[in-house]
This record gives sequence, structure tokens and C-alpha cells, in this order.
Amino acid sequence: MIELRNIHKSFDGKTVLQDINATFENGKTNLIIGQSGSGKTVLMNCIVGLLEPDEGEVYYDGRSFFKMGKKEKKDIRREMGMIFQSGALFDSLSVLQNVMFPLDMFSRDTYNDKVKRAKFCLDRVNLSEASDRYPAEISGGMQKRVAIARAIALNPKYLFCDEPNSGLDPKTALVIDALIQDITKEFNITTIINTHDMNSVMAIGEKILYIHQGEKEWEGDKEKILTAKNKKLNDFVFASDLFKKIKDIETISSSQK
Amino acid sequence: MKQLAQFGEYLILMKRTFARPERFRMFFKQYIREIEKLGVDSIGIVLIISFFIGAVITVQIKVNIESAWMPRWTVGYVTREILLLEFSSAIMCLILAGKVGSNIASELGTMRVTQQVDALEIMGVNSANYLILPKILSMVTMIPILVSFSIFAGIIGAFSTSWFGGIMSATDLEYGLQYSFVERFVWISYIKSFFFAFIIASVSAFFGYSVKGGSIAVGKASTNAVVSSSVLILFSDLILNLLLA
Repeated sequence: MIELRNIHKSFDGKTVLQDINATFENGKTNLIIGQSGSGKTVLMNCIVGLLEPDEGEVYYDGRSFFKMGKKEKKDIRREMGMIFQSGALFDSLSVLQNVMFPLDMFSRDTYNDKVKRAKFCLDRVNLSEASDRYPAEISGGMQKRVAIARAIALNPKYLFCDEPNSGLDPKTALVIDALIQDITKEFNITTIINTHDMNSVMAIGEKILYIHQGEKEWEGDKEKILTAKNKKLNDFVFASDLFKKIKDIETISSSQK
Repeated sequence: MKQLAQFGEYLILMKRTFARPERFRMFFKQYIREIEKLGVDSIGIVLIISFFIGAVITVQIKVNIESAWMPRWTVGYVTREILLLEFSSAIMCLILAGKVGSNIASELGTMRVTQQVDALEIMGVNSANYLILPKILSMVTMIPILVSFSIFAGIIGAFSTSWFGGIMSATDLEYGLQYSFVERFVWISYIKSFFFAFIIASVSAFFGYSVKGGSIAVGKASTNAVVSSSVLILFSDLILNLLLA
């Protein structure tokens, strides 16, 4: 479980995050949603420790991240896996070597065991056939899957995904969403996903945190999001024609009843 | 003031860089890779440039300095001193600052903007130590070899002017090259090159590692890396010459 308490962050006097409180449970896909520039990525960076908040705390299963010593922080980082927007695969390494990297760095297993584990992870994301190829030689969707395989190589307790579907076609995006949700359930991971893709929200949003201009505006799940009475959230959710039509249909059907 | 802040950031980065590697096996792998990329791949350009500069120095000295009242060994002697004291250490490192420095800055800068550095940090890897230390050590390891190759190629270039150009006899040139040889000058050349190698690798890594933004910032970092390393090499060359002469 990850808990955020009173997170504040500003850059050069401009407030980017204000008083964010939230709890993300394990075994669930927790989504942080909001428009571009709403502060989602800054919040994610504060959670994973790439940025330190000006005020507030992040608790990993009750352990305060920013009050930890160097060694403790290092240990907790080994329990984290992250999927970046760009994939962030190492260009100079093959797909298999990318997945093996965290194992080579931190695992005391034998070489054969590491290869076996890396191949298992690649198999889990249906990419066994691409193990000898380099990141530049595979598609964006495949790169995201390799990133997922690398993120789960060390059996993480916490998985972070920063806009995992950006730049992907809707079908591939659904595959990635389903994969992240399956892995979250299978390994009982605390997963936090940053997204502004409403399709993802409706597919895997077990817990949703809506951020607007750096403030928490709404909290709920995918069942409640379409009927929520929050104007800012409604403006975001029903910005697309598809969701507008869904809302219209629901309004008509409820008035007929 | 900005330069002072930058120098402070450079020192902080170096403190993170010179830490105990996470895994020596991984560090060694990376070190060997960098030796190949930064050192072995530079041998070609060092040989070509040094060969031609050696030949040009010989021709210029022969044409412009030699006269009836000067001994015939002057050309070989001056060529050797220029190669040993300045060209094969300082000038060759200036050339390497262009080739290797831009390579280091653009590689690290691209890793930064594509979040590969962040990926290492999230995993709990000291990215500065893992990425920069092997580059610095491989440059410092390879530089004496590159300096030796440069001196050797420069001398072959000098001989080629007499073998193929016929501008003077090879015997006179050889006599001049051996005349009043001071072994210390070779060591001065190596000592200077160690400092220059450190400057090239660390300064370029600093500019690459601190990139903020996109591809334009990577290009700018690459240019800054080459300009700053070149200026620092020239400045430290002056200081080292005053100290070692």
C-alpha cells in the first residue's frame, strides 16, 4: 500500500501540486488521471522519489520514503518497477539483456537462472521471439511490453506506469492495459498508472484519482466516474464525442425508465 | 555566478561518480565496452591526423627554418620536440575532445531525455557511477596508448617526407630525431595526457548528464562539452607546462 499525505510541490514559486492526499491499495490498478499539465507526472515523480516534495510524505507500507536512510531507500527501490512514457529501454542492450539488467545488477542468482527468469518475463508479455532484437528494431507497443517485462523481473511490490499507452493504437493500448491489470492481480502488486486515456480508465480503473491544476478534485472508481457530479471531472471525462454520446444514451434511457 | 554554480554541480556529480560500483562485474563489462568505443575506435583518426601533421611539421620546418648556417639535424630535432611536447599530448587531446567529447555528451544527453537515466535511478542504480566512471577510467587507460600511437605515426609521417617527397635525407632526419633526446619529455607528454583525458571524459559527461529538455538541448550540450573541454585543455596545458618544464 502506498499513502500520500499533504503533498505540496512548486517550481520557481509556481505551485504544481497542492495538498494531495491519497491511498493506493495493493492488488489494484490505481489510476491518476487529469489533463496534460495538471501535475500527474510531477506527482508520480514525487511518489517514486525522482523529485522531493516541498511538503508532505509518501509512505510505502507505512515506511516514510523521504525519511529513509540511503540504504533503506536503495532497498525499497529494488521493490519498485517503472514503465516510462518513452519505454526508456537501454538502446545498447538487446531485449533479453534489457530484461536481465536489473537481475544482473541486484540478483545473486546464477547466469542460467537469470536468463530463465528474463525469458519467463518476456514470455509473460508474449515477446519471447524478440529476445535477440534491439529496442530500435521493435515497435512502440513491443517496447512497452519489454518495459513491463523489465519492470517485473525482480518481482516488484510496487509498479508505476507513466502514460503507458501514449503513442499506441487503441488495440495495442488495450493489450497493454490488460497486461498491466493481469500482472497486478497475479503478483499482488500496488500499481499506480498515470493516464489521460479514458479508454484505459474505463477498462482498468479500479481506483481513480482525478487531479485538476495540481489539486485532488475527485476520487472514485470506473463505476462512479460517469455519474459523478463534479463539473471539472465531467468536463474532462466527457471531452470526447464518444463519452458524450454514452452520457446522452444513459440520460435518455434513465428518463425513459 | 552561473559558472560558479555549474562548477559546484560538476563537483557534486564527480562525488557521485567516484563511488564504489554496485556490481564490479557489470562495471567491468561497461569499462571494456567504453575502452572499445572511446579508445580503440579513436586509434584510426589519431593515426591519420598524427601521420599528416608529422609530415607537415617536417616540410614546414625544412622550408622555413633550415638555412646554410643551421645544422642538418635541426628539422628532425624540432619535429620530435613538437610531437613529444605539444602535438601528441595537447593537440591530439583537443582533437579527441571533438570526437570523444561530443560522443559522450550526446550519448548521456540522449539517455537523459529518453528517461534511461531515470530508469536506472528508479532501479536503485547510481547512474552517475554506472555511466560516467567507466568512461573516465577507460579514457585515462587508453590515453597513453593513443599518445604512443600518435608519436609513432607522427615520426612515420616525418620519414615519409624524405622517403616519398625526397625533401631531405632519411639519415639526417633520423639523426635529428635522436639528437639530444630527453626521456623526461615522453613522460611529460603522458602525464599531461592523463589530465586531458580526465577533462575530456568528465566535462563532457557533466554536460551530457545535466541535459534538460529535448534534442536541441542535447545538441547544445554536445557543443558546450567540446568547447569547454577544449578551453580547459588549453588552460591546463599552460599550467602543466609551467609546472613540468
